[in-house]
Amino acid sequence: MASKDSTAKTIFVALVVCVFCSIFVSTASVMLKGLQKENADLDIKKNLLLSAGILKDPKASKSEILKAFEKFEPRVVNLETGEYVTDVDIATFDQIKEAKDPAKSILIDRSQDIAKIKRRAKLAKVYLVNDNGRPTMVIIPVYGLGLWSTLYGFLALDADTTTIKGFGFYQHGETPGLGGEVDNINWKAKWIGKKVYNENWRPVIKVVKGLVNPNSADAISSVDGLAGATITSNGVTNLLRYWLGENGFGPYLTKFRAGGEI
Amino acid sequence: MSAKETLLSPLFKNNPIALQILGVCSALAVTTKLETSLVMAMAVTLVIMFSNFFVSLIRNFIPSSIRIIVQMTIIASLVILADQLLKAYMYDISKGLSVYVGLIITNCIVMGRAEGFAMKNGPIASLLDGIGNGFGYGIVLIFVGFFRELFGTGKLLGYTILNPINDGGWYVPNGLMVLAPSAFFLIGIFIWIIRTVDKSQVEEE
Repeated sequence: MASKDSTAKTIFVALVVCVFCSIFVSTASVMLKGLQKENADLDIKKNLLLSAGILKDPKASKSEILKAFEKFEPRVVNLETGEYVTDVDIATFDQIKEAKDPAKSILIDRSQDIAKIKRRAKLAKVYLVNDNGRPTMVIIPVYGLGLWSTLYGFLALDADTTTIKGFGFYQHGETPGLGGEVDNINWKAKWIGKKVYNENWRPVIKVVKGLVNPNSADAISSVDGLAGATITSNGVTNLLRYWLGENGFGPYLTKFRAGGEI
Repeated sequence: MSAKETLLSPLFKNNPIALQILGVCSALAVTTKLETSLVMAMAVTLVIMFSNFFVSLIRNFIPSSIRIIVQMTIIASLVILADQLLKAYMYDISKGLSVYVGLIITNCIVMGRAEGFAMKNGPIASLLDGIGNGFGYGIVLIFVGFFRELFGTGKLLGYTILNPINDGGWYVPNGLMVLAPSAFFLIGIFIWIIRTVDKSQVEEE
């Protein structure tokens, strides 16, 4: 038994175990990388389609997702100027990652930061749906703070840039049953057809407390609140207003309206 | 201990969660849905099974001064493999389990069985012990996951059983069930049932 516990033997065993385990782990990692990347890409596409209301079934197959996604044209936009950017790789562009990079993002002034995201990337990826060469729908990514967590979602707008075609979140950590009801299909359906801007093109969309009074003047821009989730509801209002406002996609959507194609 | 006993005793008689009170943290975290409970149970079973097997295989070569680290290295490698496989083949579920697959490394059951059983027994007996303990852990997870999903959301494996009021049905989901404390209650009830049936598990005053 003494030989087993000698220093030389100890180092030898440690070395063999480490070499063997590292070969094992790295082989698995390299071999599975392709599949994992494919899954992650597919997941984003699925979330986009689900949020935009184009796909209804969250268990849709891969071919269904890819087929539905064919209609989508991803473009990268400079948020400040509202112009399309062509010198970045659209496929690998990651807005959330760039928002953390000081060189590729800006610090949002406290008073302007209604979505409470602190920094935002200079660029953002939008998706267009084209029909006969003309865009019929534009989908913008939106995110902001709710009660516990940052909510990440997509907002699909009609070519008039104010009528909602679909809206939903693909990632959040709100309380299940309360704020988590942002995932409720019935609630998501309430957004469709609402107008995000008023006649002066200011973002006025909001989640109200309780039910929307259908006779009020702003009923067309209001959505029923979630019971027991006032802070999440306010968070949703704020993040939408931020991303639709001058500091978000405002300049881009203005140009989009003016030209159809920028 | 016979092979059959090694395999079956961890299910109820010597259940890792109910009697040994190991691995409770992950039982609270991943059991909001039955599906994640099942996958987690499967992943943990595979990890314990193979870690027990490999540790037992080289048990006569492991110097006692570094035995815990050697066990840990083997367990960690297997957990990484399980995580990678889930990401590659069951992406949605792996997203639902998030960090908890990686945290199998810290699941005391795996380490406990490697140190407590595999270091003293042969590879086949250790393999069986691993399967038994994995299933013992799995039974509790499935028990908890079943009730939490059913009463918390009115669904089972995503299929609606009790139609919740938010979707126009009649069932008011129990919000407590989707939060972690409910798993404590359910595990408590599970232990209570086992100890009522098998009095020998009750500690003496």
